[in-house]
Amino acid sequence: KENRCELCFSSLLPCFVSSPLSYYYSSMAKDGGVSCLRSSEMLNVGIGGMEPPPLDLDEVHVLAVDDSLVDRIVIERLLRITSCKVTAVDSGWRALEFLGLDNDKASDEFDKLKVDMIITDYCMPGMTGYELLKKIKESSSFRQVPVVIMSSENVLTRIDRCLEEGAEDFLLKPVKLADVKRLRSCLTGDVKLSNGNKRKLPEDSVSVDTSLPPPPLSLTFSTNSSDSSPPLSPVEVFSSPLSSPEDDDDVLTSSPEGSPMSEESPIRRQKMGSPGLD
Amino acid sequence: MNTVVAKLQRQFQDYLVSLYQQGFLDNQFTELRKLQDEGTPDFVAEVVSLFFDDCSKLINSMSRSLERPENVDFKQVDSGVHQLKGSSSSVGARRVKNVCISFKECCDVQNREGCLRCLQQVDYEYKMLKTKLQDLFNLEKQIVQAGGAIPQVNIN
Repeated sequence: KENRCELCFSSLLPCFVSSPLSYYYSSMAKDGGVSCLRSSEMLNVGIGGMEPPPLDLDEVHVLAVDDSLVDRIVIERLLRITSCKVTAVDSGWRALEFLGLDNDKASDEFDKLKVDMIITDYCMPGMTGYELLKKIKESSSFRQVPVVIMSSENVLTRIDRCLEEGAEDFLLKPVKLADVKRLRSCLTGDVKLSNGNKRKLPEDSVSVDTSLPPPPLSLTFSTNSSDSSPPLSPVEVFSSPLSSPEDDDDVLTSSPEGSPMSEESPIRRQKMGSPGLD
Repeated sequence: MNTVVAKLQRQFQDYLVSLYQQGFLDNQFTELRKLQDEGTPDFVAEVVSLFFDDCSKLINSMSRSLERPENVDFKQVDSGVHQLKGSSSSVGARRVKNVCISFKECCDVQNREGCLRCLQQVDYEYKMLKTKLQDLFNLEKQIVQAGGAIPQVNIN
């Protein structure tokens, strides 16, 4: 049964702040306002007793981490549509708190915690997704849990670093339903991933020789080819999507995806999927 | 009754296609629409509403940071642009996102004038999109009230 706010009937987004046993719900009101209600506060406003929904052992439970509320809402919906139970938090610290990894004391509560996958944004204030990944892989209780990194920037060295640290996959934002369906099928399919070739490039991308340092690639995408009518804004300031490489990162900037014709987004680094294929 | 529904559906379809053609929306908006169903008929409207709130808040705070020429907090502006770019990308707000790309460049070279222009433009773009989408959602409501289904629109 869908969790719905009894005040405004919008769907509830669990948002763990303190311990998993007394948590907040983030509720989206009709005017778009968002408020976080603690379970006890919810009792005061007439919403029935809220307990953490008991997790079905058969259900896939995903912990989503993203500092952007819009992105949290979208990823939560993407995951729920693919039949996952979702807990969404807004920072790496909250994620660690939820997992019970924020202090050194072993806690009994977390024995019952079942997390099947963690999906996290890379760029977050405070603790990056990479740092969160490392902490999860250092823990005995959660190191086996697949961790997926999301990022709006297609940075080769960033992707490699994450994969080397044990990330299961790397998704380029904005995340699409097809991406999440692929992750989901990998989880249930229990696909064994080869330790060898960790990168899978989509057919129509530029292939990179992994033994050499990646050459600086420049990709230009035409942004206005599909516009049939004059732009309405007073000044159309479109820059070509090129940027100089960051320190040691090679940046492939993503296409503004201006053309409604384009189906494929630029190079997506993929690891999960058919094993042994490159 | 049938023709009323059909006419509204046609209107809706044409309007939505025009928003893509004029560059207001991109493929990610299509992805968002996939996530909406009879059980969650307001999903897209709710998400874009949050996005517009975000725009308003971020534009206000960046405006404050850019206010005094002798004391611009470009770090704060950069952070704001990054957030705006991210969320506009996530909802398919193409024009807003593209302004953010230019905006970031102005920020990188600490060009206050350029930043102010981009700020003004991003404000214009998000408000324009808000109006357009409001019209779209109104059409949706009318279709539903007339007993029709929201057409699946293929943008190819």
